[in-house]
Amino acid sequence: MSLGAPAVSRATLAAPVLDPVVLRKDFPILDQEVNSRALVYLDNAATTQKPASVLAALDTYYRRDNANVHRGIHELSRRATVAYEEARTRVGRFVGAADPAEVIFTRGTTESINLMAWSWGLDVLREGDEILLTEMEHHSNVVPWQLVARRTGATLRWLEIDDQGLLELDALPKLLNHRTRLVSLTHVSNVLGTVNPVADIVRTVRERSDALVLIDGAQAVPHLPVDVRALGCDAYAFSGHKMCGPTGIGVLWARRELLDSMPPFQGGGEMIRVVEREGSTWADLPHKFEAGTPNIAGAIGLGAAVDYLERVGMAAIARHEQELLTYALDRLPDVPGFKALGPEQVEHRSGVISFTLGDAHPHDISTILDSQGIAVRAGHHCAQLVMRRFGLPATTRASLYFYNTAEDVDRMIAALQVVRGIFG
Amino acid sequence: MENPPLKSLYQQLILEHYRKPKNKADLPDRTVEVLLTNPVCGDEIVLQLKIEGDEIRTARFAGQGCSISQASVSMMTVLLEGRKLADADGLAARFTRMMHGDESASGDRALGDLRALQGVSKFPVRIKCALLGFDALLEALKQSGYTPAIRGEEDEAGSAP
Repeated sequence: MSLGAPAVSRATLAAPVLDPVVLRKDFPILDQEVNSRALVYLDNAATTQKPASVLAALDTYYRRDNANVHRGIHELSRRATVAYEEARTRVGRFVGAADPAEVIFTRGTTESINLMAWSWGLDVLREGDEILLTEMEHHSNVVPWQLVARRTGATLRWLEIDDQGLLELDALPKLLNHRTRLVSLTHVSNVLGTVNPVADIVRTVRERSDALVLIDGAQAVPHLPVDVRALGCDAYAFSGHKMCGPTGIGVLWARRELLDSMPPFQGGGEMIRVVEREGSTWADLPHKFEAGTPNIAGAIGLGAAVDYLERVGMAAIARHEQELLTYALDRLPDVPGFKALGPEQVEHRSGVISFTLGDAHPHDISTILDSQGIAVRAGHHCAQLVMRRFGLPATTRASLYFYNTAEDVDRMIAALQVVRGIFG
Repeated sequence: MENPPLKSLYQQLILEHYRKPKNKADLPDRTVEVLLTNPVCGDEIVLQLKIEGDEIRTARFAGQGCSISQASVSMMTVLLEGRKLADADGLAARFTRMMHGDESASGDRALGDLRALQGVSKFPVRIKCALLGFDALLEALKQSGYTPAIRGEEDEAGSAP
């Protein structure tokens, strides 16, 4: 398999241009001062801000339509149910799902992966089976598999990353065999920004094994056009709050036959057909996996977020982020001591910039940037395996979104000069 | 640096302790060792003490982290040597009060270089960095059989890891 093909499509560069200065006006929170400076929000990989249309959708639901779904015969329940299911349809269409029933609403990517681990994993995995993960994974795609491996006797194997932060894909065929039951990997690294060539990886997995492929798309769906069927994977997880939606809502998409074959994850109301003392039968998809009253407002808010992103255009978003990333990576190295992690070629990465700056600790950098009104993240970013790979206890991370501007990047560079002024 | 709170946070003395920490070495004849980490940020401190009777003879540390956590523990070890356990406990209490905004504590000469950390009290998210070394100290005292004095709630709250 060649690594040469850029993971970010060339079509991105031909996409329409968006104007972040206009789009920023849709985000009330961005219009404020922090520590007497206009806020520069560069912590989008942690969570994104919400446009007024999403806030309005939440407000309308609670003010006008609030009721439980799939239960009441009354008018409010009907409205809530319609809005909730419409959101499912829109979110499914947004990522190329064949059928809205393949879209399971969860609390977020973490719960989506846990659903796969505790439902599919516990049911199917046996002693000696292998789960292939990568060194690039967020803890949410590591720890659930460790827990399930301990219960089932399955073994974890690891695809490593190179010095640039790209997966060592040449090693992939050798790691796959008839015992490999699952390959679970991230689409876009939350630390390195690396965009993995998922479709190529899926092809290699299919040639060498019968393993399922699960993709952590938390950092991909907000930033790139994603089509789960074109990628060819079996399951795909993502979070609402990283794509302009509310917190506490996320999605597990999986092929219908796979979801049909899996036992329920949690038991309770909503997910059953008939309950008797001796046992119960399950509701049809997607309700089989949505026990209890779901996050109705969250789903409706995510539906509104998807509408918003479609209006802006995912290709335009990807293009803007590529251009802004190029601008940032051209200028940031002028700050003495600045060193970015991740692929050198922007075609292999998204708008995540993890870096070190001389002997200034990321926490100190983050405090000083905050004093200048700039929000970034410092720490291990829930990816200690990546940190260990690069021998770093922590990094500072600036992460871009479509509402960021070149001026935001300039403000960050000026603030890093303040850090230099203190730490030399 | 035009920002006054920032200027008071990063005083020269703090940066000196960060770059050239005191007592950052292994203590082979230690009587107690405590490892504390801050899982949120990855800061890490290993505090080693040699305690004889009711007195701390020697204090050494290892660790990695931000300037505030590393300078604080460096400054603390300087003050611990030759100190009675109750006195070390009292130092932790005074420092904790300073972190929670007690400005009179900053005039207390007994706090030595630690007074330079007073500016941290204006940065609530960084207070736990400054207290990491003292959290390790209190744990080391406990493991050495010392029962900390009963203090007011605000001290207890401040010293919780």
